Amino acid sequence: MALTLEAPPADVTNRTRRRVFKPAGWLFILPFLIVFVAFLLAPLLYAGYLSLYTKGLATGTTFAGFDNYTRAFGDPSFRKGLWFVLKFSVVVIPLQIVVALVAALVLDEVTGRLARFSRLVIFLPYAIPVVLGALMWGFLYSPSFGPIEQIAGAFDVRAPFLLSQGNIFYGLLNVVTWQWSGYYMIIIYAALRSIDSSIYEAARIDGANSRQIAVRIKVPMVSSALVLILIFSLIGTLQFFTEPQILGPIANGSVTPDFTPNIYAYYMAFRYAQFNYASAISFSLGFVVFLVVAVFTFATRKRGGLFS
Amino acid sequence: MRPRHVGAKLLLLALCGYFLVPVWWLLVASTKNAEGLFSGSGALWFNGFHLADNLRDLFTFNNGEFVRWLGNSVLYALAGGIGCTVISVLAGYGFAKYTFRGRNLVFAMVLGSVMVPLTALVIPTFVLMSNVGLIDTIWAVILPSLLSPFAVYLMRVYAAGSVPDELLDAARIDGAGELRTFVRVALPLMRPGVITVLLLSIVTTWNNYFLPLTMLSSSKLFPLPVGIGLWTQLASSNNAGGQSLWNLIIVGSLVSIVPLIVAFLTLQKYWQGGLSVGSLK
Repeated sequence: MALTLEAPPADVTNRTRRRVFKPAGWLFILPFLIVFVAFLLAPLLYAGYLSLYTKGLATGTTFAGFDNYTRAFGDPSFRKGLWFVLKFSVVVIPLQIVVALVAALVLDEVTGRLARFSRLVIFLPYAIPVVLGALMWGFLYSPSFGPIEQIAGAFDVRAPFLLSQGNIFYGLLNVVTWQWSGYYMIIIYAALRSIDSSIYEAARIDGANSRQIAVRIKVPMVSSALVLILIFSLIGTLQFFTEPQILGPIANGSVTPDFTPNIYAYYMAFRYAQFNYASAISFSLGFVVFLVVAVFTFATRKRGGLFS
Repeated sequence: MRPRHVGAKLLLLALCGYFLVPVWWLLVASTKNAEGLFSGSGALWFNGFHLADNLRDLFTFNNGEFVRWLGNSVLYALAGGIGCTVISVLAGYGFAKYTFRGRNLVFAMVLGSVMVPLTALVIPTFVLMSNVGLIDTIWAVILPSLLSPFAVYLMRVYAAGSVPDELLDAARIDGAGELRTFVRVALPLMRPGVITVLLLSIVTTWNNYFLPLTMLSSSKLFPLPVGIGLWTQLASSNNAGGQSLWNLIIVGSLVSIVPLIVAFLTLQKYWQGGLSVGSLK
């Protein structure tokens, strides 16, 4: 079941009898390698280089060693943003996975027109740009033309403004869950579909009911898909940028320039032209992402996934 | 219908409601004029029908800058998406079907790079691009979109599973060169995977916000998300002319989401099959 890094077995058995024109393999991957070096390795190394220097008006560019990093990890703004995305991940990732898993299990069980329609509708937000998904929810939250305020008004209560300082966590939680659960649902659903259904027959003969089959058989069998989703959403959430950036102008100041580490790096680079410090922030964030993902991959290594 | 499915169906209906509400609201709000929008009641139901007026305003506002953004988005998504797909399909096939020195090392690097937060690359890419004078050109958006380690990974898995070595050997024995073997024999077998990767990379480019936001400064080069983001900032900072701009933002959002929804609906059977390969094999 699990994806492996090893070469497909066919290659091993065929190696002796197949005439392999060796440079051809390199030629096929060459265009990708060029793009990989130009837009991944080079920027990565360059960011590493930039982050080790400082640029002062009077002093010019000077080597700073790890000063930018000690500054970043001691910077209350960076720490505040980092704390926010970590806290947000801990809530939003389980939430998305539960919504996606429940929807996928139900869709795997129920057949018919409603199920087919629901599958498309739940997946629909994936086809909507994140900017627009965030905007639509921003409109729905809006006290001046959103329905939430109007419905609450009909009962003579004031609805909470979901983008206020105290509520924006929940406002964003809803936007992100809405945007991504469907994509994760499709991945889990596809994994469920690939399970051999004779396993269910055997379980039923042994007296298992649908719920037991779902919990004891289906969920463990899609666990490598779950790990994959978890890693993807972790990487995405720690880099949180677009939704708060878009909702910022209509959130009455709830989204500060240090709201998430990425927003902070963006402001440092493009408002204050501190590219060296911004690179150090990006790198520090990258380091945290890498660390969290590595810990996670290690903890779940028996479950397979991308790096088993 | 067995009774135990009733609960499941109710749950599906509730989920459909939740996932459709924003789209429904957008559809309804697109048909309202500024008065209807700000009337303070009935946000989820129609109030007058001004869709045609709104569309006309949208396409003519500020010398038709929305049409320009739409064109830019299409250009970036097609150039970035098709380019990324070609590069990734070639690389995935190369990794799956050839053994060569250094292959496992390079592939391990590709897999590791899936973990690199792509936004961390935007700032150094910006500085590098400005060194070669590509900032604020279409290339600053298209070229970085060509990179997708995940697409390469998907195509490698797909090529390994869908193209038998025997068939490639047979083509070689018949005298076909490596490129010809790839185009004539392997590519047709990989078609569902190719379409999935194409769709995914077009979506990624179409949705991209951070990259064009940093790379572009002239609004005539903006793609839709950045353009609409700009309008949002204008509308919320400008109280006087703001009201009519909100109408444009709403109808513009509707126009922006239609193409991809249509693409997903028409290409359903391809991406649903292709995604299953990506998740598990």
